[in-house]
Amino acid sequence: MSAGAARLSAAAVSAVPLALLVAVWLGFDTRAGAPMFQAVEDLPWIPTLGVGWRLGVDGIALVVATMSALLFLAAAAWPIELGERARQYYAWILFLEGVSLGVFLALDLLLFYVFFDLSLVGMYFLIGRWGHGDSQAAALKFFLYTLAGSLAILLAVLGLVLADGGPLTFDMRELIARQPLADGGLRAGLVLLGFVFGFGIKTPLFPVHTWLPPAHVQAPAPASAILAGVLLKMGTYGLIRIPLAMMSETFARYAIWIGIIALVSILWGALVALGQKDMKRRIAYTSVNHMGYTVLGIAAAGSLIVGHEAARQLALTGAVVEMVAHGLITGSLFLMTGAFWQRTKEYSLASYGGLAGLAPKLTAAFILAAFASLGLPGLAGFVAEFQIFAGTFAVHPWLAGLALIGILLTAALFLTMVRSIFFGKRKLPDGTSAFADLRGAEITVLTVLLALVVLIGVWPAWLLDPITASARALIGGAG
Amino acid sequence: MAIGDVVPEIALVVAAVAALLLASFVTHERQGWCALVALIGLGASFFACVLQFTDAPKLSFSGAWVLDGAAIWARLLIAGGTALVVTMTPGWMRSDRRHGEYYALLLLSAAGAMLMAGAADLLELSVGVLLSSITGYTLAAYHRAWSISVEAGVKYFLIGAFANTLLMIGVTLIFGMLGSTRYDAIAVRMSEGASASPLLVIGAGLTILGIAFKMGAVPVHSWMPDVAEGAPAPSAAFLTVVPKIGAAVALARVVMLFPVDLIDLRPLIAVLAALTMTLGNLAALWQSDLRRLLGWSSVSQSGYALVAVAVIGRTSGALPALIFFLLGYAAANLTAFAVVTHLRGRTRIEDYAGLWRQRPWVAFALILALFSLVGIPPLGGFVGKLTVFLAAIDGGYGWLAALAVANTVASLFYYLRVIGPAYFAAPGSDVWTLSRGSGVAVLLASALIIALGVGAALLLSPLQGHDFLIIAEAG
Repeated sequence: MSAGAARLSAAAVSAVPLALLVAVWLGFDTRAGAPMFQAVEDLPWIPTLGVGWRLGVDGIALVVATMSALLFLAAAAWPIELGERARQYYAWILFLEGVSLGVFLALDLLLFYVFFDLSLVGMYFLIGRWGHGDSQAAALKFFLYTLAGSLAILLAVLGLVLADGGPLTFDMRELIARQPLADGGLRAGLVLLGFVFGFGIKTPLFPVHTWLPPAHVQAPAPASAILAGVLLKMGTYGLIRIPLAMMSETFARYAIWIGIIALVSILWGALVALGQKDMKRRIAYTSVNHMGYTVLGIAAAGSLIVGHEAARQLALTGAVVEMVAHGLITGSLFLMTGAFWQRTKEYSLASYGGLAGLAPKLTAAFILAAFASLGLPGLAGFVAEFQIFAGTFAVHPWLAGLALIGILLTAALFLTMVRSIFFGKRKLPDGTSAFADLRGAEITVLTVLLALVVLIGVWPAWLLDPITASARALIGGAG
Repeated sequence: MAIGDVVPEIALVVAAVAALLLASFVTHERQGWCALVALIGLGASFFACVLQFTDAPKLSFSGAWVLDGAAIWARLLIAGGTALVVTMTPGWMRSDRRHGEYYALLLLSAAGAMLMAGAADLLELSVGVLLSSITGYTLAAYHRAWSISVEAGVKYFLIGAFANTLLMIGVTLIFGMLGSTRYDAIAVRMSEGASASPLLVIGAGLTILGIAFKMGAVPVHSWMPDVAEGAPAPSAAFLTVVPKIGAAVALARVVMLFPVDLIDLRPLIAVLAALTMTLGNLAALWQSDLRRLLGWSSVSQSGYALVAVAVIGRTSGALPALIFFLLGYAAANLTAFAVVTHLRGRTRIEDYAGLWRQRPWVAFALILALFSLVGIPPLGGFVGKLTVFLAAIDGGYGWLAALAVANTVASLFYYLRVIGPAYFAAPGSDVWTLSRGSGVAVLLASALIIALGVGAALLLSPLQGHDFLIIAEAG
């Protein structure tokens, strides 16, 4: 099988889960009183430990999983020169897709952990084998950091399921209903710490984000897109799904601290991104910033401050929309950096200038994605950030106020990046004379992703409905 | 007194004698037949153990011998693990002049490990430890013309002689203070109000040290990396796995023997566990020799087994966790050494670079084994660690579980130092394999790693039905 045929079949295979998820979406019941988790599948796996093969979605899982499936399709379809071993590359992409969707669809804590860990394995081999530069060191760092996080999560999971002395079960629905650590105390604090540490590494939050830039820079572009678009979401998704939902009182007690960490990540990510001279590193650091918004929204949503249910729901909805928006936007941005790498093997911002005339389609797509990322109204990023900030202002006004500085910084860093690459004096990296514009497959992929970014920006209702239904179930109150 | 209770051991001894006799009569090129004899003996032993599950737990041979779930499971593991070692051996030993005798030693050593697991009497335990040790020294130094092998054997012997002496002193002290070496009698004495005299405490401590030697636990662990590196590869596979199984169960039994209010040995075990896994991991970090690395990793894995021992009796999950952990560890470690054997003992980590492109299935088995040792789901090692963590938290040793997690992260680093080049790098020199037998061993052991993870439910439910025979009630 040639590389092209491998790419086509990988794209075809990855279209299947997308189609299935869209079908579930169309049948998803968002009315009040509908069950929180739908399309549930429940089979015993290790009954003595209360572990089962339990899958299903609520609105949050549904939208994040669907976005992930779309991004995997985009990553598989994105043209990339692999040389030899193309089939193995696509096999790993599909493996990663399977386990990543498993993370979002799992309704069993242990199954969640299994998929979570397997996603590390898949990414490790993708970065180490098909990356460039010192890719093995980056892959190693990625694996070590995130395994440390996942093991902290495992301990926290065990602490949680053993907490109330009831029959052992890893069933998420049961645990959400039981709230095993409702009494608080040291144990509840430690369990929460385990979750926040583990998911914080994955998200990534300051100061445990340092694995991210090397992993992003050395990875092949589609893998970077998946890393940013899908794998980082596992952190924030996990925060919502487990500590926020299963130990809401403990989460509320420490929510302000989580919010402060999120604020530091927002500012730190934006500031460091601003200082980067390498486009991929710069985009990588904006992920720290954007995921910080998401965590800020989650922290506000989990604050349990009486009388603010509507605002907290708004913050949670915004956090989930940010996950989807960041996946689509940063996924496109990373795929486009792949287009740069394919053409010139160079990421340095200083090497480029005035590309707008040479590659107008790339310029248009990049500018659109960059504007969406900095939160321009009418695009997906704005919908997300507006809701997060509106919700957070009601709960923790000074946190939201300080976090707004991050928006200014991201605007500055994206605008300077766009200016230096596409405008000004025409410049290309040493040794290259030509720079081809986007080609057919690249245009198709980016069009789909960016069309959704615009669609969410101008007509977000279709996305908000399922999320709001779940936010209502999680937070309560009118909505 | 029923001979039927020791059929599994008798099968091993009979097979050992048969193999030895056969070895002295057949020509050198037919010595491989002895492997077949050994496999038959191990098979018979295995099935005899399976049949024993239907019996109620009991003491036998005047209280020297115990037949409970833990003992039967340990003996199943010992027989199965030894059979895998036998499978990988014939190719390796083909040119050795004493090929056939090797199997007799393996079988006797396995019988020693079984004795440890089933001992309900401190003297019986000592006999098991000694039988397992003496045969072990010979297995380690089997290539007597090869200095590294002899060095491994001598080091094993020196530490072993020391540890065995301590064990004997410990047993003597306990006997002196309590007047019996039988577990049921000891339990009765203590329930009648024996005091925790310093001599008794020292005796218990020394006994634990003697058993810890067979597990390769701190502070009597330092033979393990040398044996892993220098012993013949099948011996290394055997010695890092099989005695550990018997010793871990024996240790758990001794810990259970001493009541918490008199002498609680669990904190001591917990400290040993912490030291063992940390030291083993730190030492493994920068090894450049795969076999030595596996040896140090075996030390650290003993630490995880000790975590399960440290909560024995404090949670019903401790014993199933111990057995399942040993099972997962045995499968993974045997796979790793089977790969080493199959690749004719190639041992430097850099020699494994690019193995994926030359021998993808062998490389796959190695990666599987190492990932299982890390505890990546859904492999057997993951379920083992999961149950150990679960038991540790449930038994009130959450800090030990946290330390085990930190160690797991450190261990990933050195396992990836092997996995990375094996998968990513360009191949070096040609790769030669040993024999069909070693290939089969790789295949079987690695299939077991996956089966243990995916089919964990099939084993965990029966495991949870078994527990130690509570000696005090029996007495």
